[in-house]
Amino acid sequence: MTKSRTGTALSHLALILVCIVAVFPFYWMLTTAMKPREDIFLYPPQMFPGTFDFGSFPKVFELMPMAKAYVNSTMVAVLTTVGTLFTCSLAAYAFAKIPFRGSGTIFGIFLSTMMIPFTIILIPLYLVFSKLHWIDTMTPLIVPSVMMNAYGVFLIKQFMSGIPTAYIESAKLDGANHFKIFLKIMVPLCKPALITLGLFTFIGKWNEFVGPLIFLNSEEHFTIPLIIASFQGVYTIEWGLLMSAATVAVVPIMIMYLLTQKYYIEGIALSGVKG
Amino acid sequence: MARTRSKQGRSDQWWGYLFITPQILGLLAFTLFPVVTSLYLCFVHWDFTSPAQAAGLDNFETIFHEELFYKGIVNTFLIAIGVVPMTVLLSLALALLTNGKMRGLAIYKAALFLPMVTSSAAVILVWYWIYAPDIGLLNYFLGKLGVKGPDWLTEPFWARAAIVLMLTWQGMGYYYIIFLAGLKGIPRDYYEAAEIDGANPLQRFLRITVPLLSPTTFFIVVTMLISCFNAFQEPFILTKGGPNFSTYNIVMYVYDLAFRYFRMGEAAVVSVVMVAIIGLITFIQFRLSRRWVTYLD
Repeated sequence: MTKSRTGTALSHLALILVCIVAVFPFYWMLTTAMKPREDIFLYPPQMFPGTFDFGSFPKVFELMPMAKAYVNSTMVAVLTTVGTLFTCSLAAYAFAKIPFRGSGTIFGIFLSTMMIPFTIILIPLYLVFSKLHWIDTMTPLIVPSVMMNAYGVFLIKQFMSGIPTAYIESAKLDGANHFKIFLKIMVPLCKPALITLGLFTFIGKWNEFVGPLIFLNSEEHFTIPLIIASFQGVYTIEWGLLMSAATVAVVPIMIMYLLTQKYYIEGIALSGVKG
Repeated sequence: MARTRSKQGRSDQWWGYLFITPQILGLLAFTLFPVVTSLYLCFVHWDFTSPAQAAGLDNFETIFHEELFYKGIVNTFLIAIGVVPMTVLLSLALALLTNGKMRGLAIYKAALFLPMVTSSAAVILVWYWIYAPDIGLLNYFLGKLGVKGPDWLTEPFWARAAIVLMLTWQGMGYYYIIFLAGLKGIPRDYYEAAEIDGANPLQRFLRITVPLLSPTTFFIVVTMLISCFNAFQEPFILTKGGPNFSTYNIVMYVYDLAFRYFRMGEAAVVSVVMVAIIGLITFIQFRLSRRWVTYLD
């Protein structure tokens, strides 16, 4: 299919327009955060800051325990990611490469649980966690995610199925057991898929809202999204402050994404087509 | 030889079960057990502090008489009806535009996908600012186009529209990537053969692209509907369900019943009804899909 030159130009024009729409809110967030208060309320709005004022960034950390929230969010996201990678790839290896009875059926049941919405398990989970005295700790944010991620198992299994079984057979002949094969052969070969799942998990946890909202009570345990919501509750129209808080929350993820977006986009394409 | 193989097979069994144990335990403890408990809770009165009491069908009766329940369902549907077609059309159009060699494609993809990656309370806050009544950016731009912008977030219709727009903005990049992958899966020769037979671009689109892309479209519609039904943080932060409950959806209703009013039994009923609705819609979609989804085998 050949496209005419005007056709190509028009495609680019349309794409650039949509991309501007996709990115503009972030530009607006950043520039609002960097404007002095009186410039924010100007009409018509200033598209580019006339004077820069970074004063609201330190305020974000003074007015709310944002630094603590950073620590909490990082801890939850890192621990969940490490744990998820381990349990998911282990199960994926079993489903992809170890013949055991009921493997197909169990995997089917497993996948079907992806359809169960969070809402129906929320109330009983709260009950279980309060019995275990896990409410207002980080545990209910980490443990269930680590131990239950059908999507993660699926993603890694798709990748592992493509690895020749001959590798495993020859390692077995050399006397390696399955755990050794998993660690020494499968994990290194699956690096791209593991990076993808790791990114999904980390970013998903960093952005998670409902779990922390329900399972955490005291401000010292809040993750970043909860602090953001409390900011909105207190400083309703202090736009400079709100946008600085939003910037502080979003920028680490933006940087991480821009550095690793290849894995992200490939992973989505992979899981989507097969799904 | 036969003996060693069966021994090998048996040890394989154990390794297999061992490796899936953490995920299976999670499945039992954090999915299956909660689902069963939710079903049980439907039939008890329980305020979380005093012991639960048998309630028969009381909870169903109460919920089916509450206006908010129906409002929640209607709003959930209205938002999904807005988001799904808009996102499908937009992301499909983007995928069609970029299906082929193109300069700057990596940059376009990165930009389009950014809203999905950052979808969080913080970005909803940014939209809250964009939708702001007097000095909000959106109404400024609309004003430039000669349109007087509505009161986003304070008029029922426009508050729903605001949520729909934001969700579409958030999801388009994600579904675009999936559509693009689907397009790449259509064999080139089909188009070449059709071209030789003299089919024009529109015919090629309708006769080749649309049917062969239908499994992808189907997947997208099913997942998008489920994610729309589960939207919580967007209305919770952007509109708090208002004005006058016009953006109050079924998940917010479950949240309020359970964690604000401690009406656990009723909350369980609503969550079960919600799952039943999602299940029913998904089932209907699968049945309908036989008529319009073409699988290449």
